[in-house]
Amino acid sequence: MRRHIDFYLASMRIAVLEQIQYRAQNYFYMIGMIAEPVIYLVVWSSVANQQGGSVGGYTAGSLAAYYIVWTLVRNMNIVFTPYGWEWRLQHGRLSAELLRPVHPIHYDVAYFAGWKVVVIVLWLPLAAVLALIFKPTLNPTWLQVLVFFLAIWGAYLLRTMFLSLLGMITFWTTRVGAIYELYFALELILSGRLVPMTLMPAWVQRVAVFLPFQWTFYFPINALVGKLGPQELLSGLGMQLLWILGGIGLVNIVWHYGIRRFSAVGN
Amino acid sequence: MDSQKTVISVNALAKYYKVPTRDAGLKAAAKSLFNRSYNTVKAVDGISFNIEAGEVVGFLGPNGAGKTTTLKMLSGLLHPSAGQPQVLGYSPSRRQADFLSQITLVMGNRSQMSWDLPALDSFELQRAIYGLQRAEFEKTRDEFIELLEIGELVKKPIRNLSLGERMKMEIVGALLHRPKILFLDEPTIGLDVTMQRRIREFIAEYNRRYGATVLLTSHYMADVEALCKRVIVIHNGRLLFDGGLSQLLQRFSAFKTISVTAQEGSDLGQYGDVVGNQDGRITLRVPKADASQVTARLLAEQRVDDLTVADTPIDDVIEKIFSQKSAEGDLP
Repeated sequence: MRRHIDFYLASMRIAVLEQIQYRAQNYFYMIGMIAEPVIYLVVWSSVANQQGGSVGGYTAGSLAAYYIVWTLVRNMNIVFTPYGWEWRLQHGRLSAELLRPVHPIHYDVAYFAGWKVVVIVLWLPLAAVLALIFKPTLNPTWLQVLVFFLAIWGAYLLRTMFLSLLGMITFWTTRVGAIYELYFALELILSGRLVPMTLMPAWVQRVAVFLPFQWTFYFPINALVGKLGPQELLSGLGMQLLWILGGIGLVNIVWHYGIRRFSAVGN
Repeated sequence: MDSQKTVISVNALAKYYKVPTRDAGLKAAAKSLFNRSYNTVKAVDGISFNIEAGEVVGFLGPNGAGKTTTLKMLSGLLHPSAGQPQVLGYSPSRRQADFLSQITLVMGNRSQMSWDLPALDSFELQRAIYGLQRAEFEKTRDEFIELLEIGELVKKPIRNLSLGERMKMEIVGALLHRPKILFLDEPTIGLDVTMQRRIREFIAEYNRRYGATVLLTSHYMADVEALCKRVIVIHNGRLLFDGGLSQLLQRFSAFKTISVTAQEGSDLGQYGDVVGNQDGRITLRVPKADASQVTARLLAEQRVDDLTVADTPIDDVIEKIFSQKSAEGDLP
């Protein structure tokens, strides 16, 4: 256990050091990324104002809070993508990683977790500017803040597992971009990334309950911005945990067969 | 062979690939969608050998002979099609953590270091990956840095280093956990002669100091001559020779080389095949059995200023073996 913690800390340190080297690139990426929630925010604020001040229970101020928190959750949701898996296999990087006595996914989780440290530091001034412009309404309880902190890391782990599953398809197909784009489209609709889930049609909300997406976007944002009671907050964390454990199980199964195929073909 | 000392045991090891094939052009591409044809490529085809603890063995063969495939099977990256090898008593394809902690595979054309950071940071990650005690890690690291004289280089980002300097970092990073088995695949590829020599010296020193076993592939015969008493030669996936380097020369080199500086205009073609003529120094290739007789005749019949007799250079021997075997298409 102690060895694992040491490995995680060392990998996170490497990520921080590398990402600090590219701080300007990171910043421009984050500024570019803000365009997406700002567009959603402007559109839905207009709708709310036209409907007498609120839409689906969200006022202009709470929508501002939703999409400003969205920017942090979106950054927390950046993980090793299926495109990364393609690169890893095509360039023989996986071979080097397989020689280590540590599972490559541990390194992915640790490295991107380290990256988040840099991201959060860079996000703070951007969030302050957005707050000055859009004046969010945000009055969370201490429990909400605590659950939000846990939920953004839960979302990170959950998305890591499911994108790793997609990435491992490259063991069989070499390329996985098209499948990732399909996943991305589903995520956009079913996660709360496009709009808060309560603004979606009822049937979409019913479908979303049985899928992992909303636990990566909607739940963490809503944990801080919404009006969830202690039971809803804790059961949300429980749902995240279930999906993470399910994801780990699936990752192990797919890895078992995928690595056998990789070892048969090699690179 | 004493089985207690055998650290690598390979018995009828094989790796076959099923490769899709088709002719060029659209029609063939469309046809292959419905009726795909395959070829079976025998990358490694039933090779056997044992390597004892502390040996440094050269693993030779032309491109595509199956050297890298064999190293990948021995390090657990590839599942063999037949013949499960044993390395330190482990089955490599199971990739157990204890096994991986005792081996390393260095591939000359692949980097494991972080491009943007000084090597010292990547070394620190290696420490954590292998769970090394800090004091032991720092001792090993500083020892290697001193041996390779890279004290200043380890503080520079890898991207700012030359190819040879990067290779030194790769090797240090790959050996920090003091592996018992080193699989080195072209560790000196693309490096200048000085850098090649430095890396060879380092490998030799590591072997001497830690008693490590080394299986090395290289296209530079200088690497093999400097490091390996024993060589294993494979071609088309099959074992061609396994023995001492000197035995290889004896078996496959039927010629000696006589270099003569004689009076200008001398016709030396009558003594053997003239294979070189540079600055008045003529190089003859003569059958090994005739070498002493030809030497005597040259000294008696020509005005010779200087004469040396040598075995054919190992590069030429290896090249000849491979070209002969390619022409034959298979082994004897």
